[in-house]
Amino acid sequence: MTAGAAPTPVLQARGLVKRYGHVTALDGADLDLWPGEILAVIGDNGAGKSTLVKALSGALVPDAGEIRVDGRIVKFHGPGDARRHGIETVYQDLALAPAMTVAENLFLGRELRRPGVLGSVFRLLDKKRMMAGAASHLHTLQIGIASMTQPVESLSGGQRQGVAVARSAAFARHVVILDEPTAALGVKESGMVLQLIRRVRDKGLPVLLVSHSMPHVFEVADRIHIARLGKRVAVVKPGDISMAEVVAIMTGASTSP
Amino acid sequence: MIGRTFGHYEIVEELGTGSVGVQPMKTTQFVLAVILACAVAPAHSQQQPVIGLITKTETNPFFVKMREGATETAKAKGAKLMTAAGRFDGDNPSQVTAIENMVAAGARAILITPSDTKAIVPAIRKARAAGVLVIALDSPADPQDATDALFATDNFKAGLLIGQYAKAVMAGKSAKIATLDLNPGVTVGKLRHDGFLSGYGIKDGDPSIVCSADTQGDQAKGQTAMENCLQRAPDINVVYTINEPAAAGAYRAIRAAGREKNILIVSVDGGCAGVRNVKAGVIAATSQQYPLKMASLGVEAAVDYAKTGRKVSGTTDTGVTLITDKPMKGVDSKDAAFGMNACWGK
Amino acid sequence: MPAGASSSLSASGPFLALLLACAFFASQSDRFLTGQNLSLILQQVVVVGMIAIGQTLIVLTAGIDLSCGMVMALGSIVMSRAAVDHGLDAGTAVACGLLATTAFGFVNGALITRVRLPPFIVTLGTLNIAFAITQIYSHSQTVSGLPDAMVVLGDTFRLGDTAVTYGTVFMLAVYFLVWCALRETAAGRHVYAVGSNAEAARLMGIPTARLILGVYTFAGLTYGLAALLAVARTGVGDPQAGQTDNLDSITAVVLGGVSLFGGRGVILGSLVGALIVGVFRNGLTLMGVASVYQILITGILVILAVATDQLSRGKGLRP
Repeated sequence: MTAGAAPTPVLQARGLVKRYGHVTALDGADLDLWPGEILAVIGDNGAGKSTLVKALSGALVPDAGEIRVDGRIVKFHGPGDARRHGIETVYQDLALAPAMTVAENLFLGRELRRPGVLGSVFRLLDKKRMMAGAASHLHTLQIGIASMTQPVESLSGGQRQGVAVARSAAFARHVVILDEPTAALGVKESGMVLQLIRRVRDKGLPVLLVSHSMPHVFEVADRIHIARLGKRVAVVKPGDISMAEVVAIMTGASTSP
Repeated sequence: MIGRTFGHYEIVEELGTGSVGVQPMKTTQFVLAVILACAVAPAHSQQQPVIGLITKTETNPFFVKMREGATETAKAKGAKLMTAAGRFDGDNPSQVTAIENMVAAGARAILITPSDTKAIVPAIRKARAAGVLVIALDSPADPQDATDALFATDNFKAGLLIGQYAKAVMAGKSAKIATLDLNPGVTVGKLRHDGFLSGYGIKDGDPSIVCSADTQGDQAKGQTAMENCLQRAPDINVVYTINEPAAAGAYRAIRAAGREKNILIVSVDGGCAGVRNVKAGVIAATSQQYPLKMASLGVEAAVDYAKTGRKVSGTTDTGVTLITDKPMKGVDSKDAAFGMNACWGK
Repeated sequence: MPAGASSSLSASGPFLALLLACAFFASQSDRFLTGQNLSLILQQVVVVGMIAIGQTLIVLTAGIDLSCGMVMALGSIVMSRAAVDHGLDAGTAVACGLLATTAFGFVNGALITRVRLPPFIVTLGTLNIAFAITQIYSHSQTVSGLPDAMVVLGDTFRLGDTAVTYGTVFMLAVYFLVWCALRETAAGRHVYAVGSNAEAARLMGIPTARLILGVYTFAGLTYGLAALLAVARTGVGDPQAGQTDNLDSITAVVLGGVSLFGGRGVILGSLVGALIVGVFRNGLTLMGVASVYQILITGILVILAVATDQLSRGKGLRP
């Protein structure tokens, strides 16, 4: 279940550089994500973790460096490219349409059409299949939402997160990236989301998790990628190290373990 | 020190010492001097007199015609015409701004159809205080003497004539009248409406008025208003309309109800399209007004003032004529052929 | 259930209001509930009703179109002058008018998506441009003498002993088609998505710019169809027509429960909204109430409609 045994990382970055004018957000950043693991990316403000995630999810194009999926070099020019390579991202604001239902959001941009002429010529939606599909995806991940026709804005924060995660897990082929999934949630709902993240991994999808919550990271991550000043400065296992030491590495108080 | 300008240079004489020196004028001073020279010059040169025309709106064909008439007369008399208008009926602020701009641009006289006859007065007074002649067209300012003169048509009389005509046609038969009016609060609409009632010999609230609806002078809205009125009172037999587009719309509704032979439509305007409708029997009679005449008389008076300083005053009624092909005794009218000769529009 | 419909009152609230209004007016005048009167009301709302189709689609994307009425007038002048002054046959003339209005819609959409200007500002500008072009091209004169084929939508057929115009049926048909497209196609869903959360739609791979451009262009086409209906109803091409249609269509949209913030509402609601206005106008005239009260009541209804929509989403009543 952890790094070292498999020959190729599912997702790998080497030497990523991104500058915004005088500010260098990524300064030769590296990353390795192995099959079947939850990798948490942490770092202080300005460490470059959200820029790193955006580069991996296709939301921005790095100035230099390479990204490999399953060993093959890829270039993402937009989020669509990353999706086509099987990388799904759950953004911090969830990218859900509040007025639309759970089922509609789950299949947003990837709607299913009816078979035959009705689907190809008249482009009619197969709403039954989408409702059933949504229900099934949510059920697999044990997300407790009763009705697929509820508008997403009427759900709790944790349930909304659940819908967003389920959407990614439903369509991802290689990686699910989660950007601050518990940031807006209370204790109980955070716990539910962490459970959900484990189920996604158990389903066979490695998870890249960006979080600033040390307790959550320690609770759920298999490995922790520590970013500082636009670079990867350390990768540790939660079992081998204490939170205080990790914080020290994050802030530069101490160097690699 | 005494300075006199000489080209770019100021000739400076030092009093006392008697020495004369020449020093280059600062650029700003030179530019200012040039501007002042240019500003002063027109008063002494044979320049085109500038006059302004401000209408209520750009859109109403009545004012389009007025503008055309004014432009033609101004060209003929060698005057420069500035035009402006409000954005909608009742848009006073735009007209105030237009007056101020025209006065600042050197207009010697301004012709205006006031949208708000009371609220425009302060701006008019300011313009007159600056020596600008202000003439009201079509509707008087309130008070009327706020402008130097008024070239207008009597909208009340326009309504009166068609009211008298309608009464004569009905010849004592029981009338069921519908009034298709303009909009709440607009003077022209009220004058014509009241004139019609007066000509018919009735007052507001009379039981013979079975329906009143607003049309904004729009053909489609006139059609809707007439349809609804016919639903309320299918036996309407007289329809007063605020203008000929409203009348055309009303006729369509009446014909759809199959009652075009039993309903008398009267209107005001005298546009060529409307007079054609009189010829065609759609409109029984219409009061013809003369926007072109208003405009050209107004421009003539304005140019006269600009050139000679002679001010026009008082009220000049540019007239209203009842146009119908079915004349009635006791009501003066002219036929549609006359109307076509004198009509405005196409 | 169509998107957005579940969280607001959808069209059921406005529909109830319409029924109540009809019941009220039926109690005040026995002429109200006749087939002929109801058919007239439908005829009176066809133009604004058709414009409201385009306006609804635009409002669903959280946009707005102030130029709709003027573009409609332009379309009616283009098609009528093409037939009367340039001698084209009715079909070609109508096509010219539709082309003109669709082009205007495209320009609106392009300015909004490519140059990234706010819809309110853009359509405020094109409103004036369309108006000026119409006045210049028509010399502010109405065009009459239209060929019969062009005004065929004004002809009637009998439904029992009520005369119904083809134009009414045409408008209802277009409403039905657009309603189906919004409910049953991915593009329809995407319209709601863009209005509900444009960024989310973009992140999920929906081509939002192209979609919005398409919506404004299609709206331009509906304004052209409205022009055809106007010409059929009045029998003339009138350059002064449509000046209040922008606000009237927005009123219909708002009364129909469609949110001006985008992403919520059902298109049939706009039809109901247009009918509500028509019913009040007709009913109050039947009762002999002065026109100024229609305006007052419309204003009150609009505020009620928006307040109801806000409250139903739990956003009203500050504590």
